[in-house]
Amino acid sequence: MYKVVKNERLNDKIYHMVIMDEGKCKNFIPGQFVIVMSYIDSERVPLTIYDYDKELKQIHLIYQVVGASTLELSHITDNIFSMVGPIGNPSEICMSPDLYKDKKVLYIAGGVGIAPVYPQIKCLKENGFDIDLIYGVKSKDYIIIDEKIKSVCNNIFYTSDDGSIGLEGNVVDYLKKIYNNYNYIVCIGPVIMMKSVSEFTKKLGIKTIVSMNPIMVDGTGMCGACRCKVDGKTKFACIDGPEFDGALVDFDIALKRMNIYKDEEKELLNRALGE
Amino acid sequence: MNERVSMSVQDKLKRINNFDEVELGFSKEEAIKEASRCLNCKNPMCTKGCPVGIEIPKFIEAIKNDDINLAYEIIKKSSNLPSICGRVCPQESQCEGKCIRGLKGDAIAIGALERYVADQARINNINSVVKKEKNGKSVAIVGSGPAGLSCAGELVKEGFDVTIYEALHKAGGVLIYGIPEFRLPKEIVDSEVESLKNLGVKIECDIEVGTTITLDELRDKFDYVFIGTGAGLPKFMEIDGIDANGVFSANEILTRINLMGAYKKNSKTPIKRAKTAYVIGGGNVAMDAVRSLKRLGIDAHIMYRRSMDEMPARKREVEHAKEEGIIFDTLQNPKKIVTDSNNNVIGMEVVDMELSDIVDGRRSVIENNNFVHFIECDMVVMALGTSPNSKVFKDDLELDDKGLIIVDDTLTSIDGVYAGGDITTGSATVILAMEAGKRAAKKIIDLNN
Ligand SMILES: Cc1cc2nc3c(=O)[nH]c(=O)nc-3n(C[C@H](O)[C@H](O)[C@H](O)COP(=O)(O)OP(=O)(O)OC[C@H]3O[C@@H](n4cnc5c(N)ncnc54)[C@H](O)[C@@H]3O)c2cc1C
Ligand code: FES
Repeated sequence: MYKVVKNERLNDKIYHMVIMDEGKCKNFIPGQFVIVMSYIDSERVPLTIYDYDKELKQIHLIYQVVGASTLELSHITDNIFSMVGPIGNPSEICMSPDLYKDKKVLYIAGGVGIAPVYPQIKCLKENGFDIDLIYGVKSKDYIIIDEKIKSVCNNIFYTSDDGSIGLEGNVVDYLKKIYNNYNYIVCIGPVIMMKSVSEFTKKLGIKTIVSMNPIMVDGTGMCGACRCKVDGKTKFACIDGPEFDGALVDFDIALKRMNIYKDEEKELLNRALGE
Repeated sequence: MNERVSMSVQDKLKRINNFDEVELGFSKEEAIKEASRCLNCKNPMCTKGCPVGIEIPKFIEAIKNDDINLAYEIIKKSSNLPSICGRVCPQESQCEGKCIRGLKGDAIAIGALERYVADQARINNINSVVKKEKNGKSVAIVGSGPAGLSCAGELVKEGFDVTIYEALHKAGGVLIYGIPEFRLPKEIVDSEVESLKNLGVKIECDIEVGTTITLDELRDKFDYVFIGTGAGLPKFMEIDGIDANGVFSANEILTRINLMGAYKKNSKTPIKRAKTAYVIGGGNVAMDAVRSLKRLGIDAHIMYRRSMDEMPARKREVEHAKEEGIIFDTLQNPKKIVTDSNNNVIGMEVVDMELSDIVDGRRSVIENNNFVHFIECDMVVMALGTSPNSKVFKDDLELDDKGLIIVDDTLTSIDGVYAGGDITTGSATVILAMEAGKRAAKKIIDLNN
C-alpha cells in the first residue's frame, strides 16, 4: 500500500497524483516510469514520472482519464495497492548530459505529454542547458503545470487548435518556422503528433527522440504486449524503451495497436461508469 | 499389480467451463493402495532419476504405514516445494521414468503420491522445519520463482536474514503468472509463500532490481545476493503480421488470466474475445495457453511444426488437452499472419512441414513449399520459448551470448553474488530451478560454517 497525499483534478480529464513512496524512487532519472494499481484486482497502469521530491519522498504523476483503469485511479483518495518503479530506461540526454553539450536541443510536448517533458527540461537546466519548448494544446484551458514549465524553460512556443493561445495550429506548424535553430529534438505526446513530428524531422535529418506508451501488462519484459516495431525489429517499450529514435519507429502499427482492446475497454468503461 | 491406481479427474465436459484443478488427488485408500505397489528396491533407480534425490521408496514406505508426518519429513529433506513439484514435475522422464515397475507395466505414481503427502501436510498443518538461531548474516534474493523461494527457505532455516525482491505485485514467479489454476491452484503457491514468511523471510514486491534498486545497492546492504529472475522474455516469430492486433505471446495470455484474473467474472483486465485461436508451439507453455483459451469459450488449436511424437510437452498435459477438445494441427508452421485494414488478424498462411534427419537428438523439419494454405482465425498465440530476464544486469554481470548469467556452480562473476534457475539455464523446469536455489544456499551456508 502506498499513501496518496493528493489526487487533484487539474482540468477536464487530467489529474495530478502525489504518492508517498518511502524513498523508493530515489534513483529516478527522467524518462522512467512507474506502474500503479489502484486495488488488488485492478489493471497495471504505466505512468511516466512527472516529478520526484527527494526530501518529502513523494512521487508526482500526471495522468489523463482515458479508460476504466484511469477512471478508477481518479477516484482514489487514500491509498493505492501497488506501485513498481522507477522502471524503463532513463532518457539518454538526462542520463549523460555531458555528451549532449554541443547540441541545440528543442523539446516538443503535446497535451499531457508536458508532464514527462518537465523533469527532463528541469534536469537539463540543472546541467547548464537553455531549453526551448513547443507546447501544443487543444485550447488555452488545457494548459497545465504552466508555472513550473516556465520556471525551467528558456523559450516556450505555444500552439493551440483553436488559436486561444500562441499559434493557431499544431506543433509541426510551429516547428516549420524554427527547426533551423536545432539539431536534437525530444518529442512526447499523442502518437499521432510524434508521428508527424518524426516524419517532418526525418526528411531534414534532425535526430528526434520519442517516448512510446503502448499497452503494457507487467512492464518487466515478460509479456510482449508493449511491443513496437523499431527499425524493422520487435522491441519491447518497457525494457528497450520507452524512448526510441522517432525516425525508426513504425507509428502506423503503434497507432493500430492502441485499439487491440477497444471493444473490451468500452465494456469495462461502461461497467465502471454504471457502478 | 501392474496397473497403477489412477487419480480421479474432473469431468472433461465440465472442466472446459471452469478453471478448477483438473486432477483431484488420491484419497487415503488410493494412496496406500498405490504405495503398496512399490517394490522398495535396494538400489532405487527412482531416487537417481530425481533431480533433488528424494528418498522415494522411504517416503512411499511411510505412506503404506499411514505415517504422513514421516513421509513429509523425508520429502522435505530434499525438496522445498513438494505440493508444487508433485503436480508439475515431468515425472515420466525423471523418477517414474526410472521405476522398475515401469518395465513390465505402469511405473509407481510417484508424483501423485508426493502430492498426496504434501497436501495432507498442508491441510493438517504438519511442519517439519527446525529453525536455527539468527547468525547475523543477510541475503537478498532477486526473483520469487521456485529458484528464489527454495534458496530463501534453505537460508532462513539456517538463521540468515532473508529478503526477496520481486518485480511483480505478487510472489511466485511462473508458478503464479504462468502455470494455470487448473494445473496448480494459486492457493498452494500462496501457502508456500506464506510459510516462508512465517519463518521470517521478508518479501518486497514491486521492486525491479537493476532499475528500482541496483545490484550494487543490494551488495552494500546485504552480505550475499542470489539472482533467480527466470527466463521470462517471450520470443516472437519474424514473419509478416507479427504486430497484428490479435497476435499475443503465451505469457501475455497466461499473465492476464492467472496473475490478473481475467477469467473471473467482473475482472478489470480484458482478454481479447476471439472465435478461433491458434497457439504455435508444442511445449508445456503452449498446452497451458491453449487449454486456458478453451476455457474462455474459444475454439482453440495447437499448431506444431513437428509431429505428435516430438512434442516436448508432458504426455499427460497433451492427453488432457485432447480430452478437452483441443485440435492438434501438426507438421504445419505459419508463414504469414494475414490482417484486415485495421491490423486485426483474419487468418494465417501456413506451410506444411516434413520430418527430416535427426540433428542433436531431435528430428529436424523442412518446409514443403508446395503446400501453403490459408486458415481462418482471429487470434494467434506464440509459445515458442523464452529468453532470460537479464537485461538489467548487463553492465554488472558476465552474460553469455544468449543473455544467460554465466555461473561457476551458481557463483556469478561477482564475489558474493549467486544465480540459479532459468536465468542460468534458459527455460527448464521447476524442480531444476528449485535445486539450483538450494545449491546456492548450501554454498552460502558452507561459507559461514
Ligand atoms: C506456462 C508455463 C508452464 C510451465 N510448466 C511447467 C511444468 O509443468 N513443469 C515444470 O517443471 N516446469 C514448467 N515450466 C517451467 C518452470 O516454470 C520454470 O522453469 C521455473 O519457474 C523457473 O524458475 P525460476 O525461479 O528460475 O524463475 P521464474 O519462475 O521465472 O521466476 C522469476 C521471477 O523473477 C522476477 N524478476 C525478473 N526480473 C526481476 C528483477 N530484475 N527484479 C526483481 N524480480 C525480477 C519475475 O517477475 C519472476 O517472478 C513452465 C513455464 C511456463 C511459463
Ligand atoms: S509490458 Fe509486458 S513486456 Fe513490456
